[in-house]
Formats: sequence, C-alpha cells, structure tokens
Amino acid sequence: MRLLAALSGGVDSAVAAALAVDAGHDVTGVHLALSASPAALRSGSRGCCSREDARDAGRVADVLGIAFYVWDLAEQFRADVIEDFVAEYAAGRTPNPCLRCNEKIKFTAVLDRALALGFDGVVTGHHATLSSGVLSRSVDEAKDQSYVLAVLTPEQLASTVLPLGGLRKDEVRALARERGLGVADKADSHDICFIPDGDTAGFLRSALGSAPGPVVDALTGAVVGTHDGAYGFTVGQRRGLALSVPAGDGRPRYVLSVSPVARTVSVGPVEALDVRSLVTGRPVWSSSRPLPLRCSVQLRAHGMVHDCLVTPAAGGAGLAGGWHLALDTPARGVAPGQTAVLYDGPTVLGSATLVSAHP
Amino acid sequence: MAYLDHAASTPMLPEAVAAVAAVMAQPGNASSLHAAGRQARRTVEESREALAAALGARPSEVLFTGGGTESDNLAVKGIFWARRAADPARRRVLASAVEHHAVLDAVEWLVAHEGAEVTWLEADALGRVHPEVLEAALGDDVALVTVMWANNEVGTVQPVVALAEVAHRFGVPFHTDAVQAVGQLPVDFASSGVDALTLTGHKLGGPLGAGALLLGRDIACTPLLHGGGQERDVRSGTFDTPALAGLAAAATLAVERQPVVARNLAALRDELVRRVLVAVPDAVYNGDPVDRLPGNAHFCFPGCEGDSLLLLLDARGVEVSTGSACSSGVARPSHVLVAMGKDPDAARSSLRFSLGHSSTIDDVDALLDALPSVVERARRVPVR
Repeated sequence: MRLLAALSGGVDSAVAAALAVDAGHDVTGVHLALSASPAALRSGSRGCCSREDARDAGRVADVLGIAFYVWDLAEQFRADVIEDFVAEYAAGRTPNPCLRCNEKIKFTAVLDRALALGFDGVVTGHHATLSSGVLSRSVDEAKDQSYVLAVLTPEQLASTVLPLGGLRKDEVRALARERGLGVADKADSHDICFIPDGDTAGFLRSALGSAPGPVVDALTGAVVGTHDGAYGFTVGQRRGLALSVPAGDGRPRYVLSVSPVARTVSVGPVEALDVRSLVTGRPVWSSSRPLPLRCSVQLRAHGMVHDCLVTPAAGGAGLAGGWHLALDTPARGVAPGQTAVLYDGPTVLGSATLVSAHP
Repeated sequence: MAYLDHAASTPMLPEAVAAVAAVMAQPGNASSLHAAGRQARRTVEESREALAAALGARPSEVLFTGGGTESDNLAVKGIFWARRAADPARRRVLASAVEHHAVLDAVEWLVAHEGAEVTWLEADALGRVHPEVLEAALGDDVALVTVMWANNEVGTVQPVVALAEVAHRFGVPFHTDAVQAVGQLPVDFASSGVDALTLTGHKLGGPLGAGALLLGRDIACTPLLHGGGQERDVRSGTFDTPALAGLAAAATLAVERQPVVARNLAALRDELVRRVLVAVPDAVYNGDPVDRLPGNAHFCFPGCEGDSLLLLLDARGVEVSTGSACSSGVARPSHVLVAMGKDPDAARSSLRFSLGHSSTIDDVDALLDALPSVVERARRVPVR
C-alpha cells in the first residue's frame, strides 16, 4: 500500500513508520505543523510541534529513507481544536482536545488529504490494535490510546494502519534503538500540547477573561466562597477552592458542577459526585451493535472501566440516537463534555459525548 | 530524476569542483605571514581579481562573504547604519515588496530594533518596480534603496539601471540582490551604476556558502562581523580559500558562457511554457513574459495547492519548488505573488520550474509526462 505516515517527532510514530516500511509499504512521511508560532525547542517533555520536533521527524524520515514534508495545519488546529476547547469550557463542559485532534485533524484533514493525493491510508503511532477494521486496546495497558481513537468511523478505520498495538512501550523504544532512530529515548509528550506550561486554568483565564461568581454549597444553597472564573474548575476537583465557610460536617467538599453561564460553581460531599445514569449525544459506532447492549464503558482517557447497560436515550431535541448508560458501579466526577467509549472486552464499540450525568 | 529547481541551487561546474579540491589540499591561512600564508593569500587575491573581472568591478570592490544572505544583511544594515551615523535624519529604507527574505527580514529587523522606517515599493502585476514609484518615495530622510536585479520566484527582471539613476539623483545609495541574475543575465557592476551588489556561488555553479558583496569604494558600510578586519575592515573572518577559488572559477565560466547559456535556456524554457499551457490550459503564467530570467517559468495552477503538486511530482522524480519555504519547511502564500495582486488562494497554487546549465529537453519531457495527471490529482485535494 501507499501509506502516509504522520511523524510527530516522537518515538511511537517513528517506529510505526519503520514497521510500515518493513512490511513492504510505500511510505511517505509528513509532520503536522499545528502551531502558528512554533517554539524553537521543546520544554521538558511537554508540548509538541516545536521546530526541534519537526527536525526530529525529518531525521526519522532520513533514516528510513522515505520522502518527508511538513504540512501546515495550524489554522485548522486553532479553529477545530483550540477554539473548540475554549468554547467547551466556556459552556461548562470538559472536553478532551486529543480526541478532538484525532477526529478533526489527524483522521479527517490529514486522511482526506492523503486519500485525495492517491495514498491508500495513513499510518500512525497510536498504541491501539486495529485488525480487519476492528479497533481494540493495546497490549500495553498503561499506554493504551484506544480511548482517543474511538471517535473514528468504520470508513476512517478502514484507511488506517496502527502497527504498534501488539507492542509494549519498552519494545517500541528497543525497535527504535535497533534502527538507529535518534528519538529512541525521547521523553513522552503528555498533557495538552498547546498549553506547554500545563497551566490549563491560566490558559483559560487568558482566553476567556475573568468571570467571578459564587461558590455554592449544593446541600444548603449557601454561598461558601467566590471564584475568578467557573471554567477554571472541573467536576470532582477538591483543591484550589479557597472556601471561606467550612462545611457543617467538617468533611472535604468537591466541585459537583460548574455553570459558566450562571457563573456558579457548586460544591458538596464526595458521595454526591457518584453517578450511575448517563445520557449522551449522537454516537459514532466503530463496530455497530444492536441495543439494548451489555458492555463496559470508559469515561476518560486512562480512566476506570464500568460495566453497564446501554439503551436508546429517551427522545429529545439534539439527543436523537443518543445512548442511556446505566452503570453497575457508580462513576465519580463525571462532567458533561467528556466522551463515553464503549468496550466489549478489549474491543472498541463506539463513542459519544456526555450530555448529562445523574445519581 | 528531473531537476527543475536550479534557482534554489544549481549543480557545481566540474571546473569549480576541481578548483575547490586543489586548494583544499593546500595548507595555510591567508592572513599568515609565512610562505604557506602567502600562497593562500595569492589564491584569495587571484580569486578576487577574477571575480571582479567577470563582473565589471575593481578588485577592491569585492568583499567576500558567506553567501547571499550575509551579503544582503551586510548591505542593508551596514549602509543603513553608516548613512544614519552621518546624518541622524536618514532613517527610512526603500525596499521593493518582492525582495527575497534575506532583504525583507533584514529591513524589518531594522524597523523593529533600530528605529528605521520602511517604505515598501509596490510592484505591478508582473512584479516590476517602476522608477516613478521609486522617485515618488525618495526624500532627504532615505538611508538606502534596495531592489533586486531579478526576482527569485517569478523571474521578473527589474529596471535596475534606471532605478539606480533615480536613487542617485537624490544622493541615495542603491543596493541590488543579483543572486539570481549572475550567469543568467549580463551583469556589469560599473556600468549598471549600482552601489552595492549581492551575489552567491551556488546559484552560478560555484560552491555553497561562498558569496560576495560588490561595494563601491566610496560607499560607507558598518560591519556586521567584527574581528580580524580581513575585508576592508567591513567583514571579518578567516578566508575560506578553497570556496573562494571555486566561486571565482565558476563565476568566470558562468559569465563567459552566459550569452549562449541564456539563449539555450530561454529556448528550453519557452518550450516548457508552451507545453505546460497546452497540457493545463487554465494554468496562469506569472511574471514578466519578456523581461525575465531565461531559466525561470512560474505558474499558478487554479484549484491546486502548490504543496500537493510538489509532493506528487516529487513522487514521480520531478523536482520543483513552490517558490518559498521557511526554515521549518512550512509553505506560506508567497509574498511576491501577493504583492503582484494575487489572492492568497492563487498564491498558494503556484509552482516554479527553474532551468540551469545542466538542463536538457529530457527534463521538460519528464515534467510534462507527469504534470497532467498530477494536476488532475491535486485538484481533488480539499483546499485548506
């Protein structure tokens, strides 16, 4: 096959491209420039798309002996990922930008472009298994990225090659060393690439400005503190609340919900975070199944897995085709905007965005 | 492999390779006082005389540099600093809007860090800067004028002689970036009337990393690089003796062969243009159709992105350029095409084919074999 390898400059995408070359595919490398003003150097293990990363990606292509180009997708990334991230927070939801990037950039903008250019598909370094169009977890559970790939449609999966699903991270690094790839020991990237200092609240504050309001005790309705912007809080958060009125029972209080429009953050005891009943928007099925369905659900990247019963959500505007998820065990700290991914054992069935969560 | 990117870098002439190799085997620093140093010094000075003779300059007007970017920076910043030091009112730089980034960014640096002002001289739809435009922009506050001899992207040749005359009527020095011109067009420093002229080795069959600034003897220029003062105290750095020997050998041959090479290249280029316009009837041929570099053909392919065309041609062994690339390899819409009035989509749809001394009809054949299907394929790519 003629494959386009997305080379981030990291070790995973490098080895994925190498394995595609080994498998006899005709591989062309591209590095996606996602920042309009890339930093010259990476800062620690955070961030991505610095000029250093672009160079590392180019050196991987040199070693593999494949053609290499840089594609400027900064404008799309800004519009589809960064602005979406800010808008979701402003609406009181908690998005996962990596998932959005996979959905909108890597497997839409890049895949569409690759197919139009005559490639048969794309090869990426995600830790997940893809076999005969069925997506499932990596053998390396700590590195498994099937959750952030669950937004892909069967059509997108049909044009995707994921060579790393059967390998553990240390095996990936060993393969890189064997091939003389300079990125073999490069640190993993983590967190949100467009917030290189890791200060999400600070990033949102500069994007959305100050929007002070009350912190309300969900049980008593009393105002127990103030905040500088509801978007700075996440459901389940305990630290950084700076409450002025202690709880009656003396127990710690957690963020139960955030309402940026009403500028209100409500707090309460830990057990009030538990939810068993979840409603989602329209799903994307990776491997379609009839409802009702018993399976398991994961609610955040590297989060816990809950057994559940999936039924069609009660009809309502915007929810047509959504799921109702009844969890066997309660989930804690679930916020609208998170993505629910259904699994049958290791196999990804599909994904949908949470609209509401109930006890 | 069909190489149609001579404007980026043209292969070294065998004579230049031989000259570099011969000198590389010899020891010595041209500034040393012993026999080996004298031998190296002799090579440098013979190279200087040969380059001066090829370009109608005096040997004392040749300042060797590390290439086009250094020469442009030295001319733009150095003449600005010297002119402003002589009269603090001279803070304005006049530069054409279609300059290479080596000039463009040097001027913008002066604006950002040295209190300079800039007036960008507008170009017409063919990329030409008219002397009247320059005349209207000139005044007592102008430190220097810089307009390239021929454009690296669209190939348009500027009326440098007329422009230099206008600048001199106002007593303002005139610099020209002639990197693309030497070897393709007749270039004579003295008769052109320009005060400073940039050239570089690797565009004319010489080595990479060696160039020169031809600088009139009465033009004051503040140094960028301080040190041993090897070049008239305007440029310091140990002489790269082998590279300078290669530069001189290549320039001598390139200038000697220029009339014949230019005629052959223009014929080959015209054939390429004719066949491209037959193969892709809605392609738009950019730049001045007459007053242009003989090796340059530049087109917009409506509905395509230059990036896609480049990738698809590269996969078929045809090497071309979108005309502009930044250090990370990210393509941006060309400022040259935007200055010529193209919209950003058209500017992104451009490709440059540039021919040089080793080009043959086989290169044109290879391009035309690939081009129709490549354009058709590129039109299916979603536009960003």
